[in-house]
Amino acid sequence: MLKDITLGQYFPGNSPVHRLDPRTKLIMLVVYIVALFCADGWIAYGIMFAFLAMTIAVSQIPVKAIVRGMKPLVFILIFTGILNLFFTAGETVLVSFWVITITLEGLVRAIFMVVRILLLISATFLLTYTTSPIALTDGLESLLGPLKKLRLPVHELSMMMCIALRFIPTLIEETDKIMSAQKARGADFESGNLMQRVKALVPILVPLFISAFRRADELATAMECRCYQGGDGRTKMKLLRYKLRDFKAFGIGVALLAAVFTLKSFGL
Amino acid sequence: MQKNVRRHFMSYCVNKEYLCMCRRSDPQEEEKVAPILQVQNLQHIYSAGTPFEHIALQDVSFSVERGEFIGVIGHTGSGKSTLMQHLNGLLKPTSGSILLDGEDIWSDKKLTRQSRFRVGLVFQYPEYQLFEETVYKDIAFGPKNMGLSKEEIDRRVREAAGFVGITDEQLEVSPFDLSGGQKRRVAIAGVIAMEPEVLILDEPTAGLDPVGREGILANIESYRKAKNATIMMVSHSMSDVARLAQRLLVMSDAHLAMDGTPQEVFARAQELLDMGLDIPEITRVFLKLQQLGLPVEQVYTIEQATQQLCRLRGEVSNA
Repeated sequence: MLKDITLGQYFPGNSPVHRLDPRTKLIMLVVYIVALFCADGWIAYGIMFAFLAMTIAVSQIPVKAIVRGMKPLVFILIFTGILNLFFTAGETVLVSFWVITITLEGLVRAIFMVVRILLLISATFLLTYTTSPIALTDGLESLLGPLKKLRLPVHELSMMMCIALRFIPTLIEETDKIMSAQKARGADFESGNLMQRVKALVPILVPLFISAFRRADELATAMECRCYQGGDGRTKMKLLRYKLRDFKAFGIGVALLAAVFTLKSFGL
Repeated sequence: MQKNVRRHFMSYCVNKEYLCMCRRSDPQEEEKVAPILQVQNLQHIYSAGTPFEHIALQDVSFSVERGEFIGVIGHTGSGKSTLMQHLNGLLKPTSGSILLDGEDIWSDKKLTRQSRFRVGLVFQYPEYQLFEETVYKDIAFGPKNMGLSKEEIDRRVREAAGFVGITDEQLEVSPFDLSGGQKRRVAIAGVIAMEPEVLILDEPTAGLDPVGREGILANIESYRKAKNATIMMVSHSMSDVARLAQRLLVMSDAHLAMDGTPQEVFARAQELLDMGLDIPEITRVFLKLQQLGLPVEQVYTIEQATQQLCRLRGEVSNA
């Protein structure tokens, strides 16, 4: 059950997408999201979908993995869909009974919203699937670098994010283990009313928090033993440098934006 | 008032059931009853049907008698822990069955839950599962889940604490104020308090100092003697299992590779070494002595070694 959570999981590989600079991928994700929110109409969505499908194909990430990541979001998708379906005012009424009216505009809007969220999430998954957490935080730190001038602790933030991402699978594994251990002592997580179920979580949460704090403590000690002192004067083993393929990617990004805006200006 | 009566009645029923369980494990009837645990053609596949598919257990069959002390050895990843989690119904077999007292533990949902109480499983580093405010409450967690009466819980907690050498004063402190070894004892007591007929321990002495190790091993042995319980202990310490166990199961590469007395198993020392397993240090020494041409037999405990050496010395001085 818990093993199905794929948040932040990295699929090692050597595809052109994997080899891109993490900063490029982050910027491309932002470009993609902007384009997605500006896209309006079937053709624009078609282009956005085709672009993502192509990238997934190039990245050699199994489509199954991306679909599996969507599972926890089914509820949000259905909710968005229904909300848009019922509460969009329009002229062409398709169905109407009692207080519910479904209009053609509502239907189209619901489809667009759901597809938009699906594309958004898939693109984000593609980023985390093809970029190791360390590369990702490195990229983020470098992109946010200018904010250091505003005294923002950019390095610390990215280090925290890196550690958080790194420990997600560890904590999931730990939760699994503690659950089994408490089940072996007869704990029951599957029956009872809401209150009983919440109470049943105590034997899991207490050991989990304790172990998380213990791990944090050990990690802090280990980092201090290696003379970690924050970002000042710290050099990197893997320097980030833009290469030709990154500029090609930027080119594609600009083309994508241009296409979407052109379509929008023509009202398609 | 009514509620109280009902509770008493319930606890009476549970106690009665408990008595029945005791009678069944009566040593005199031992020969007539079926083995306490039977594992038949057990197979377990993790993440079946995905690219991460991994066979953890393949065609494992054995049976366990009451009162046995069984050592389980095997390389890391050989399927020991997976096997142990099947015996109390935490993991469901992909195929094959686990019979507890002749009944398949997966045939009925109630039976599966019951099997968790009758087959106690102590995980590796069990001290990480402590969560209550006091040691007493933590040990009482298992019995409480069984739905026992307050008096019965109290009796079991105190008895279990006695088995592992936790004093009455220690029962009232927070488990997080205890030392590592004491935490481990409390966690083991938490399982013993359910008075399981089979007690399974996954490396109960990992990471403890020699005194702590001996203490815990002695606790386990005294529980077995007192309750005629079956013990299954996973261990990487060959000398510990050689000394304590009457029977050894050797897991290798998801299969049950050997099943026999320590004598039989350690006689196949070379095979064990090929599996990447260790043999007791004293066995290793005597193997070398044999290679050097001394007339000694295989041994696996210090006592046997002493005997052999004394005999050898006698022969030399007689000659």
